[in-house]
Amino acid sequence: MLRIENLTMKFGGVVACSSFSAEVKRGQIVGLIGPNGAGKTTVFNVITGVYKPTEGQIFFHPRDGETHQLVGLSPDRIAKLGICRTFQNTRLFGQLSVLDNVFIGNHLRLKSNVLSSVLRIPSYAREEREIYEKSLYLLEKIGLQDFKDERASSLPYGMQRRLEMARALATEPKLLLLDEPAAGMNPQETRELTDFIQEIKEEFDLTIFLIEHHMEVVMEISERIYVLDHGVLIAEGSPSEVQRNAKVIEAYLGVG
Amino acid sequence: MGNLSLFLQHLTNGISLGSLYALIAIGYTMVYGILRLINFAHGDIFMLGVYLTYFGIIYTAIPWWLVFIIAPALTGLVGLLLERVAYKPLRESPRITILISAIGASFLLQNLGIVLFGGRPRAFPVPRILNHVVKVRGVSINVITFIIPVVTILLLIGLTYFITKTKTGMAMRALSRDYETASLMGIDINRIISITFFMGSFLAAVGGIMWGARYPQLMPLMGVMPGLKSFIAAVVGGIGNIAGAVAGGFLLGLGEIMLVALLPRLTGYRDAFAFVVLIIILLFKPSGLMGQSQTEKV
Amino acid sequence: MNEQRRTRLALLALVGTVLALFLANKYLDDYKIRIINLSGIYVTLGLSMNLINGFTGLFSLGHAGFMAVGAYTVGLLTMPIPMKEMNFFFQPIVPWLANVEMGFLPALLVAGLISAFLGVLIGAPVLRLRDDYLAIATLGFAEIIRVVFTNTQSLTNGALGLKGIPNYTNTWWSWGVAFVTIWFVSFLIRGSYGKAFMAIREDEIAAEAMGINLFRHKVLSFAFASFFAGVAGGLLASLLGTIDPNMFRITLTFNILLIVVLGGLGRITGTVVAAVVVTVMMEALRFLDESINLGFIQIKGIPGMRMVIFSIILILVVVLRREGLLTRLKGREASYAEN
Repeated sequence: MLRIENLTMKFGGVVACSSFSAEVKRGQIVGLIGPNGAGKTTVFNVITGVYKPTEGQIFFHPRDGETHQLVGLSPDRIAKLGICRTFQNTRLFGQLSVLDNVFIGNHLRLKSNVLSSVLRIPSYAREEREIYEKSLYLLEKIGLQDFKDERASSLPYGMQRRLEMARALATEPKLLLLDEPAAGMNPQETRELTDFIQEIKEEFDLTIFLIEHHMEVVMEISERIYVLDHGVLIAEGSPSEVQRNAKVIEAYLGVG
Repeated sequence: MGNLSLFLQHLTNGISLGSLYALIAIGYTMVYGILRLINFAHGDIFMLGVYLTYFGIIYTAIPWWLVFIIAPALTGLVGLLLERVAYKPLRESPRITILISAIGASFLLQNLGIVLFGGRPRAFPVPRILNHVVKVRGVSINVITFIIPVVTILLLIGLTYFITKTKTGMAMRALSRDYETASLMGIDINRIISITFFMGSFLAAVGGIMWGARYPQLMPLMGVMPGLKSFIAAVVGGIGNIAGAVAGGFLLGLGEIMLVALLPRLTGYRDAFAFVVLIIILLFKPSGLMGQSQTEKV
Repeated sequence: MNEQRRTRLALLALVGTVLALFLANKYLDDYKIRIINLSGIYVTLGLSMNLINGFTGLFSLGHAGFMAVGAYTVGLLTMPIPMKEMNFFFQPIVPWLANVEMGFLPALLVAGLISAFLGVLIGAPVLRLRDDYLAIATLGFAEIIRVVFTNTQSLTNGALGLKGIPNYTNTWWSWGVAFVTIWFVSFLIRGSYGKAFMAIREDEIAAEAMGINLFRHKVLSFAFASFFAGVAGGLLASLLGTIDPNMFRITLTFNILLIVVLGGLGRITGTVVAAVVVTVMMEALRFLDESINLGFIQIKGIPGMRMVIFSIILILVVVLRREGLLTRLKGREASYAEN
């Protein structure tokens, strides 16, 4: 689904990520871990086109026989190809309603043009009704249907994280990038989140690439894990392989 | 008069106009560097500087050279006050809010100017010593044309010393490089911002006095065009960068004069020149000639 | 989901306005009718600016320029041919305009389209950049337009301006266009595209990550806004009958900004109310600027006082409302949050 080859990203003199290669296969949940400042979010930012990498290539295969080079594409193009993300520090459309946040996630799949939206011609009205229903469904899925008219910024933190996921799902991604979805959650919420991620993966036929600090989450749901430290890949493999890796223990687990 | 001497005359005119743009542009660039704010009222602060000087000379017995120091200092205080009233309460607000406030402040100053000083133009009382024509190898040049760049350069040297050698100046640079970190390191932000506004306004007023001596017609709206052009100079040079603002100022001043000199048919378009330059720069090098591009942290 | 109630309210407002205009035309004098016309034009202008500044979160200060384009387009297209010859005594008008004379509606549409085209032309390079550059670039654009119009003698009659533009604008035109604008902006904002505009205002990076093409949507918003500004400029030209480049200074943009800020960034009803209030106040406070002769006593006006008051109002509103400029109260928020 996604192949990253020799990715290097420098900011001025600072190397955030150096010759990083990874692969995410269709239907997998893959984890990306590492200490703070290891360059994990940078990897996400490069995949989604926020940054242009200094070197390296990224290939995306949304379906058989279709390959896209992501480097050089703009974030909105990449989203349209089927990669969507959540943000480490949530980035909701704060002043807009909860429902509108999800509604906007659908915008990239809209077929009608702007004039038909202003004139509300029947085909647009139909499309909008479908979007509306789909958005409500997604809100129900994350249990926020009763908050649909609240302002997004007024929600508690945990709900904001869930809302971000619903918004990302609205874009109909093939590959979902989750940036620390369990941040700030208690053990109970974390467990629910783990189930939720697995559930949406099945329902929406997703492939998931996630950054996470909660080890129990990553170890439980990931089939494969990449470990970054100071921008360098220090280990990769199955959860149990990574847990046994001496370098990882030294750089990361040992400290934590 | 030969072609060469004519050219030299244009050149000196361009340099002197460029110096004035540079002095005003520094205020824009310093404020932008720290607060990321286009201080739309800066051009009107410049106007205020000229009027304060005018009243100081006409209505008080203070000798003109002292007025030339007191008036900019007073203007500096007005700049400082402006920041306290119109910008400080909005420091945490969305940027569009503070920009609107800046435009409101600009209009307030302009119209206060009309109310207090009257809409009719007044003649700036240029001290005789600054106002006589000398002939250098057939080129007749007003002394003020020479004085302007000299004063500008002296002020620039002073400013550079201040910014690089004093503690306050270094704090200023730290704030403009990384606002968050610097504010965590115990720098008194309010003090630094006040000083920045004072200095920017002071320099604009000095520019204003020289402007008055060069083009001795005072009007409450006289700050609008020089203000806009100087802001463009700051953008052209790379906003936030003082050396860039100076370079941009000279570039625009020279360019404007040369456009009129070499293509007299375009004289009417003189005021559009800076904006055309702005749009070209934004198209091809949006970070300006000496600025670095910034990436937003995600 | 108060679709029905809202439609009913809108219809009520429409009928009420039609009735009020009918009565006004019957009983009010020319001066008051003129203020009503100006109010309608400012409604259009306020909404047009709010579309960019309030809903899309861009900061544009080019309205005076777009209005100038619209005003001159309508002026040149509707003016009778002999009148053109009289106007252009200094230098004859360009041949391709000399024999054109069209109706008001097509002229308004052309004015809007030319203005929108220029909006895209100026917007395209600067909309890619940080927001505050847009402010200065659009301001600069408005100035360039003014300078160009002052110098293109054979196209715009230069500093002499245009006189004798036929007075087509009446209350039906000015408020008719205002209602079309209200309708257009409300429907746009409630639809998917409008929500995308607001997403851009809220967080560009998130909007882009959700697949919204920032550039395309910004240009779209900008083009619509310049279209309506151009049409409003055309209405103004036809109302006044006389235009010259110096009318279209930044003061004009400032008045519109005042309306948008008072009415609330991103609010439609507020903008409409503010447009009327500000226009009426501008006239009502005119006594501050001008001398009034009461027969037995002469009160001396202070020129500029009016704008001093308006500037202070603007700053006060911004400083006191702070964050509130963009947030709206709950409940009122629901009015466009729902579908």
